[in-house]
Amino acid sequence: MQRSLFARQPSVLVFISLLAVFTIVITVLSEGFGLGLVSTSFVKILGKTLCLCLVAIAMDLVWGYCGILSLGHFAFFGLGGYMIGMWLMYERTKDIVIASLAGAELPPTAEEIREGIGTQIFGVVGGSEIPVVWYFADSLFAQLALVVLVPGLLALVFGWLAFRSRVTGVYLSILTQAMTLALSLYLFQNDSGLRGNNGLSGLQNIPGLTHLPQSVVSVWFFLASAFALGAGYLVAAWVVSGKFGNVIRAIRDDETRIRFMGYPVEAYKLVVFTLTAVIAAIAGALYYPQAGIINPAEIAPIASIYLAVWVAIGGRGRLYGAVIGAATVSLLSSWFTGGQAPSIPLGFYTIDWVDWWQVLLGLGFVLVTLFMPKGIGGLFDRLVRKDAA
Amino acid sequence: MKFTTTLKIAGAAAFITTTVLTHAAYAQEETIKVGVLHSLSGTMAISETTLKDTVLMLIEQQNAKGGVLGKKLEAVVVDPASDWPLFAEKARELLTVDKVAVMFGCWTSVSRKSVLPVIEELNGLLFYPVQYEGEESSKNVFYTGAAPNQQAIPATDYFLEELGVEKFALLGTDYVYPRTTNKILEQYLKDKGIAETDIFVNYTPFGHSDWSKIVADVVALGADGKKVGVISTINGDANIGFYKELAAAGISADDIPVVAFSVGEEELSGLDTTNLVGHLAAWNYFQSADAPVNAEFIKEWKAFAGEKRVTNDPMEATYIGFNMWVNAVEAAGTTDVDAVTTAMVGQKYPNLTGTEAEMLPNHHLTKPVLIGEIQADGQFDIVSQTEPVPGDAWTDFLPESKVLESDWVELKCGMYNTDTKTCVQLNSNY
Amino acid sequence: MLRICLVLIAALIALAPAHAQEGNLNTVLEAYRANIEKPSRTTITPVLEALVESQAPGVAVFLEKWREKELWQRKSDGRFFYVSKADGGKLMLTDIATGEEAGLADAAELDNLKPNSGVRGVIAAALVQFQLSDPDPERRLQALTALERDANQSHLSILRAAIESEQDPAIRTRKERLQRLLTIKFGFDQATRVAAIESFAGDPGVDARAALNPLLATSIQAFDAVPEGVNVARILTPGRDIEADAAYQLLVDAGKARPIVPLAERKQALVTNIRDGRVGGLPVAELVTQEARDRAYLALAADGSVPPLVTADERQEAVAGHVFAEVYAEPDAALTEAAEETLADINGTVGVYRFLDLALDGLSLASIYFLAAIGLAITFGVMGVINMAHGEFIMIGAYTGYVVQQFIPNYTASILVALPLAFAVAFLAGVALERLVIRHLAHRPLETLLATFGISIALQQIAKNIFGTQARPLTSPSWLDGAWVVNDVVSISYIRIAIFVLALVFLGLLLFILNRTRLGLEVRAVTQNPRMASSMGINPDRINMLTFGLGSGIAGIAGVAIGLFAKVTSELGSGYIVQSFMTVVVGGVGNIWGTLAGAGMIGSLQKLIEFFNPSNTLAAQTYMIIFIIIFIQFRPKGIIALKGRAAGD
Repeated sequence: MQRSLFARQPSVLVFISLLAVFTIVITVLSEGFGLGLVSTSFVKILGKTLCLCLVAIAMDLVWGYCGILSLGHFAFFGLGGYMIGMWLMYERTKDIVIASLAGAELPPTAEEIREGIGTQIFGVVGGSEIPVVWYFADSLFAQLALVVLVPGLLALVFGWLAFRSRVTGVYLSILTQAMTLALSLYLFQNDSGLRGNNGLSGLQNIPGLTHLPQSVVSVWFFLASAFALGAGYLVAAWVVSGKFGNVIRAIRDDETRIRFMGYPVEAYKLVVFTLTAVIAAIAGALYYPQAGIINPAEIAPIASIYLAVWVAIGGRGRLYGAVIGAATVSLLSSWFTGGQAPSIPLGFYTIDWVDWWQVLLGLGFVLVTLFMPKGIGGLFDRLVRKDAA
Repeated sequence: MKFTTTLKIAGAAAFITTTVLTHAAYAQEETIKVGVLHSLSGTMAISETTLKDTVLMLIEQQNAKGGVLGKKLEAVVVDPASDWPLFAEKARELLTVDKVAVMFGCWTSVSRKSVLPVIEELNGLLFYPVQYEGEESSKNVFYTGAAPNQQAIPATDYFLEELGVEKFALLGTDYVYPRTTNKILEQYLKDKGIAETDIFVNYTPFGHSDWSKIVADVVALGADGKKVGVISTINGDANIGFYKELAAAGISADDIPVVAFSVGEEELSGLDTTNLVGHLAAWNYFQSADAPVNAEFIKEWKAFAGEKRVTNDPMEATYIGFNMWVNAVEAAGTTDVDAVTTAMVGQKYPNLTGTEAEMLPNHHLTKPVLIGEIQADGQFDIVSQTEPVPGDAWTDFLPESKVLESDWVELKCGMYNTDTKTCVQLNSNY
Repeated sequence: MLRICLVLIAALIALAPAHAQEGNLNTVLEAYRANIEKPSRTTITPVLEALVESQAPGVAVFLEKWREKELWQRKSDGRFFYVSKADGGKLMLTDIATGEEAGLADAAELDNLKPNSGVRGVIAAALVQFQLSDPDPERRLQALTALERDANQSHLSILRAAIESEQDPAIRTRKERLQRLLTIKFGFDQATRVAAIESFAGDPGVDARAALNPLLATSIQAFDAVPEGVNVARILTPGRDIEADAAYQLLVDAGKARPIVPLAERKQALVTNIRDGRVGGLPVAELVTQEARDRAYLALAADGSVPPLVTADERQEAVAGHVFAEVYAEPDAALTEAAEETLADINGTVGVYRFLDLALDGLSLASIYFLAAIGLAITFGVMGVINMAHGEFIMIGAYTGYVVQQFIPNYTASILVALPLAFAVAFLAGVALERLVIRHLAHRPLETLLATFGISIALQQIAKNIFGTQARPLTSPSWLDGAWVVNDVVSISYIRIAIFVLALVFLGLLLFILNRTRLGLEVRAVTQNPRMASSMGINPDRINMLTFGLGSGIAGIAGVAIGLFAKVTSELGSGYIVQSFMTVVVGGVGNIWGTLAGAGMIGSLQKLIEFFNPSNTLAAQTYMIIFIIIFIQFRPKGIIALKGRAAGD
């Protein structure tokens, strides 16, 4: 199977090798494990970018291959982050509370520890009770399972409802956007028990590993992200290469015809929708410990639209396109808003990129849609074909 | 001579071409770098851009005076774009790549909580210039804005004593500052003998614009014959819709006074205040404060930023923080964070309202509390001014915070439990 | 007699202050100088009493000036003056007692005294007796307003005396109503009070409820037996009307039962009784559960070193042995009964009005959503594309309004100019977008969605770069200030009514265009079947362009409307875009009535949820969206679904 996969899609092998080389180079240059030429903050940026590439692959699978323009995949990404964040936050706080109660005259009871944790975590948002949703927060395995289960189930239920009623096209996009908005508004509420607007913070401090400097932790997460990206790419490539891939592409091109041919279109769409939601959630669970904080603003509808933009710029319907798009746009964004990009003086007016980057991005995106419908990935295709010919 | 090696990876298609550029930036003249970590885009840009300009103005003035320790100050401005994780990322960059000596930044509490782990890990220094909910004290942060006991509590006292309010509507945007402040105030009001049923709490989303129902609810509170007052922690531009609805409903400040904690000169410049005359705001500074040093500051600000610009409370907090930092660096003779932190405590500097601010061992300032009535020209008429009040990191009005204390000089702890006599944690709670 | 004197004095003061006697007033002021300099609501009453008692001429004028923040104090000697502007930036001082000019001074030599609004309220209450029968109706109204805010027992007789002489029928009605209210609060004899209470039956005024509710204030008390001689509201059964724990606490507070030792105190007791690493016979290290701690405590209690715990039986017994009742603070049962009945009647009326008010709010929100969404509905219906930049057209309209106000200072004129101009600007922007982008993406609706999103972020940022991030004022003309007040419960601001009317106008206009004009016919033809339409000689490109312009133009108008009641920022549009999508999708695409139904449903639903959950508006929005998602499951094509070929994707 593997061989035939690489044979059918040579780009997969190229991608995996490039990713491996890139990962090794960065690790060797990093502060934590090597020459110290790449700063820790840049390792973090790269690690996060890899996670974004992974969620972009998920988006490409669901939109580029299956034709479902979901404006909700960043919500699954965020949910994954929340699930792992709960464990990170709970355990870290637990260590602090136990350490601070160790000196007390009476040994602390389990309730006292729980109360201490509650006050520590929720004191900031005006509470002290640990809400029910944190029931499994003390177990890493449970929360890891929830990373997959919660977004997966949400996608399954939502997808089942939506596909069952034959909601398609822009309607479906709007509906997924509504779901994202509802979720982010829900999480914005303090009553949701996930610290409202504040979200979960301090996630970069991994419980049990607090003695390790961030320069080391960041490389570990970078490696994990690279591994996840590679694995995700393989899974996605495998999914789109077989018969399954042909069916979902056919659904994208003409759903009605495929339905008349007797394929259970809804089931196919549901599988893709749920699978990609799970991939997005895993990407999120790796992303937020590197970002350090997750809050509802992360899953605002606009984030999911940006995700679609990345994929469109990179090139839909080709997995490496999604990766190119996500990496290019997010890194450029980071560079332009970082204040490092040189301003352009025009004499009468100075173009300051902090102000004009969004305009450039927006218009650039329109141009890509208009003139390069296959995105940057499409350029590659052309190059490769020229070489072959 | 010190070389900063910065590494930039043109990572567009990182896996195709990994171009490694080593860029050695020569420091032609050695400078002290000052990080400015305020959002210049996104929702918070509205408020934070002003503070960036303030820091730039102060740096310019300081350089004109000869800089600090004989070196010029150099501002490193970054844009965290109102994106909270980006605050952490940019802070790490400022501290490790740009190697700034100090940072001025953050507005929202969540941005501060995002930055805290980074600056504590890397032992950075942050000046936080906005009024906040308290319940925090970090070794690496100096809080130059008001703690709840320097704004919310005195304003509530004013309502109780001066206006005779017996029933309270606590309206806020749904985020941490209003939540915690309202929790403190609820407890405080109960301690003062106000029944729980006489406290109405409502939370609205950021940028909320449809206020008719809520304003009607507030009016209906008067039905049991008690005088109603509104304590507003509504944030940012949601205030505009709120005040417009208030004015349309014809609610005069004499019937239902509103005191706001997040509405300053800057916010009022976005609306016509003729119908809001008499409503209140509580701050530690108003542009209308009658002091020569304030007149001077306003003049310089207008010259720097434009004739139409107004000054506000977080700007004063930035001003005090910046000048205290300059003096502390001069006193310590170095920009080393530990030395400066030690020198900071006890620093005194005249504030813009005619009294003096002092940095306390809990890294908060002493500040006078001013209450102003809105005037038709968008400025405030100061109707009450207290002596400087020492800022309290942990409020005395919540049982779980009452036992906590912060003292970075004697106790060397920001979260010291006076009951168990132990330091709960050295890092701050984020 | 007193009244006549007061009237005379007041009249004299008003007519000829210059002839007043010398001396008196300044002396009183001098005596209370400190309190006048820094007045507080809690300390001001003796000053006011002294001033009124002195009967010095000029007191009323002084109080008025003081309240209006027109009192000044000379820094050098602390004397009080009135001032007026004089030449050369100087101020002309006027002596308070004589009303004569007392020389010029620099502003820097004087302090303007500004009593806070609490103090101003007390001053206004003191002024009532001078103003209630003042010949100037304006003053009489001021006095009534002051009384409505803050009245005491002494005001009742003054008010009653001032009714007969009142000639103005409107003021007289108000005085009489106020008199009845004050009778409820301060009246002496039962019959008149009961009559006054009953006279308010069905009156939705907040002031009526404000007078009645305090009469019905109750407190929960514990009695040994069924109480007599107190005005009992109702007897409470422990466990049903009052929680057993609360009932026990009541007994503890009354000293009728032993207090429960709280958890923290028990823990403290354990700590103080640690002997050689053991408490109550248990090693300290074992006390890691509450159960073990309780055992240790019981062991301590058994040997008497700590107070014993209150057992559950003991608590039950104590509660069962007492009667708990809600007791009125007002001892007179006749009054409370009358108040109870009247209030029940009022509450029935208020409930109806409140529903009415909610309906008005919902209607208003619906009209705003309708205006914001209708443009989107038209373009979506005709061209099948979602315009993500629709919100930015709303923003463009709002900023157009703002810019117009910069050039035309008259608010009425500026709004009249801004509305068509906003339409024109947004129309042009829409046409440009259609020609430059959307036309090239025909039949690719998802790409259109994303391309217009690109336009949206670019436009938003451009607006930020031009106008700054600060919210900009868009002020409504003064005739739109204020609200249409039916009574204290039902009211709606004029600006919302204006928006409602605007929405109606556009509804009518669109219906006319679509159903009665050539353009409308062509638009409907293209909506239903573009290919057929084009083969009938209709140019679909032109129709697309015009409909897109029309839809965008209406968004521009909506922008002005939204800016007037909320704010003008670069993010104004994005706040409405998702709601607009919902409105269109819920209502059904390509149909004005559908959009109307969608807006109506979303607007009223949101208000309804807010009504049930008043303390959390955010939750209301969340639940509404979830409701919409579920709704679409059942009616995927919206409330009013289009039939025929256009119904396909």
